[in-house]
Amino acid sequence: MPSSPNHVLEFPGGYTRSVGPVIGRFLSELRDGRLVGVRTAGGRVLVPPTEYDPDTGAAVTDEWVEVGPAGTVQSWSWVPNPRPDHPLDRPFAWALIKPDGADTALLHALDMGEFEAGAEPPRFLKTGLRVRPKWRAERGGGIGDIECFRPEVTMINAPTRLEYTLDPGRALSRFLESISQGRILGHRCPVCDSVIVPMKGMCSRDGVPTTEEVEVADTGTVTTFAVNNIPDPRAPEVPFVSAYILLDGADLTMLALVAGIPADQVRIGMRVKAAWRPREEWGPTMNNIRWFEPLDEPDVPFERIKDYV
Amino acid sequence: MGNPCAVIGVGQTAYKTKRLDVSMAGLLREAAQRALEDAGLDWADIDAVVIGKAPDLFEGMMMPEAYLADALGARGKPMMRVHTAGSVGGSTAIVAAGLIQSGVHDRVLTVAWEKQSESNATWALTVDSPHSTSLVVGAGGYFAPHIRAYMRRSGAPDHIGTLVAVKDRQNALKNPYAHLKIPGISREMVESTPMLWEPIRYLETCPSSDGACAMVLASESAARSAPNPPAWVQGTSMRSEPIFFAGRDNVLPQGGRDAAADVYRQAGITDPRRELDCAEVYVPFSWYEPMWLENLGFCGEGEGWKLTEAGATALDGDIPWNPSGGVLSSNPIGASGMIRFAEAALQVRGMAGEHQVDGARRALGHAYGGGAQFFALWIVGSDKP
Repeated sequence: MPSSPNHVLEFPGGYTRSVGPVIGRFLSELRDGRLVGVRTAGGRVLVPPTEYDPDTGAAVTDEWVEVGPAGTVQSWSWVPNPRPDHPLDRPFAWALIKPDGADTALLHALDMGEFEAGAEPPRFLKTGLRVRPKWRAERGGGIGDIECFRPEVTMINAPTRLEYTLDPGRALSRFLESISQGRILGHRCPVCDSVIVPMKGMCSRDGVPTTEEVEVADTGTVTTFAVNNIPDPRAPEVPFVSAYILLDGADLTMLALVAGIPADQVRIGMRVKAAWRPREEWGPTMNNIRWFEPLDEPDVPFERIKDYV
Repeated sequence: MGNPCAVIGVGQTAYKTKRLDVSMAGLLREAAQRALEDAGLDWADIDAVVIGKAPDLFEGMMMPEAYLADALGARGKPMMRVHTAGSVGGSTAIVAAGLIQSGVHDRVLTVAWEKQSESNATWALTVDSPHSTSLVVGAGGYFAPHIRAYMRRSGAPDHIGTLVAVKDRQNALKNPYAHLKIPGISREMVESTPMLWEPIRYLETCPSSDGACAMVLASESAARSAPNPPAWVQGTSMRSEPIFFAGRDNVLPQGGRDAAADVYRQAGITDPRRELDCAEVYVPFSWYEPMWLENLGFCGEGEGWKLTEAGATALDGDIPWNPSGGVLSSNPIGASGMIRFAEAALQVRGMAGEHQVDGARRALGHAYGGGAQFFALWIVGSDKP
């Protein structure tokens, strides 16, 4: 279709149409914000109404019935790329909508929400969808007094946001302070003698405070691991390996990434070393260690790490 | 253990991916109403209500005990909420039972639920803090290394998890409420699904479900007028332990062993495999069946996988585990523990329908949560203790 016409034929002011008593009643009710139909001699309710029963040709009765305004989609056609004279400027559906209480359907635009031009029809657009009219504030007595129909409300959104000021506490502050200098600190429990990394200022097993700082190595042993095929914000590439690593000198494993080796070659008992980020990027965070990489050392027999899994 | 306590009503919703047709309150009322009908009671007959759900971030719902009081007929009555992560459905039932056993109340309604479609459990489990020192990878990523450690420790062959994934889904086909129904489920089908968190395959994990489960618990006098047979509580136990500590057994946690020993002592059980007729055990990843078989003392350490392999835990085995299809087939997280407890009760009441274990007189209900650190167990029987 040419982008702009080179000839326009337009009747000045538009043709007039007298609407008669039946359609006139329908349009007047629309202007008042009501949807009505007319009953046929056979009892059916026609919306929009006609002066005659289309099945029999007989005149309709003068009984008017308020219908809807809610209705059910009988059929639809998706418009992925609306044209300038369409009622909506974003993708929408033309739908046959049967108002509650009516026996016929009317054609109208159905606004399904925000969609990019060219979008596929949404999955929740289907025959049987419950919809309601969106009335214009200023109405003049035309089918356009209903701007469009919209799905009924089935879901609300509850935005939630909590703001915190978190304090790591004394023990973790010391740990983070040391990690920002490239050292990994733990606490030795005075009861069980275990070295707890990162330290928490307490031994969760014995329930006693801990204060004795112990520096542990940045080398260790994989005690067990998972090969993750679902991405994580910190490991967007899959597969990635998350492993429990027993640092040399520690008695508690820590969960960390293992890289620098194909995922299917990671082993329980494998020796690894921390891969630190460049020194200028260090901060008070465990992220200073990008991940752990294999060391060229023999695997540790399972017997020696089995009590740490 | 105090006064006798009986389960006289059980109500469940169908477990589905999305229950868009009901509000949160509507979902709970559906289960509660069915439990009341089973018990032959109305809302007004209930003395107190105890509810449980997964951690608040899972659905972003704070203080549900306040929001739901009216919906559960608790206006003017005691109402409380229990909170123990994934084991909460079990703990909630135990707290409710305590209100009967203590002699405080005669009829207590207890309800647990989750509407997972309105939430994102993996997000809730993965929220980071500025001082966080560990990588967090959701529930599957958390449990996968411990499963691998179990396989290494026990020497279990790779296909054991597959057997559980098939067995529980076959059982689910007999349960009208189960979420996952996979006709023709087979080892080949499970093995053809991708590894999500190796060694866990897609069909070796639980689904995300919407659903609720409710029970009416009653004192001896109240149970006497119940229209259907009661299930008598013969023992309850809860244990917890920290998630990280030096010397922790992550595969077979001490908390689980202790809770099991405690509940068996109360019920006078010395050989659970022989003395129980069936068990509903929290198995969200298939390998947790052999792991919990060992943790709960159904066999010696390193032997759990052999029971699974021999078919001992199948519906026609000597100790059926999860005849309902278990967590692997339906997982509205907060409710999953209560479903285990309720299904155990249905078995000893003879009301489990197509997945009924013939002649079941004693059953175990089990739930665990967090990093396998919260445990809740009960034993119910057809005989009053």
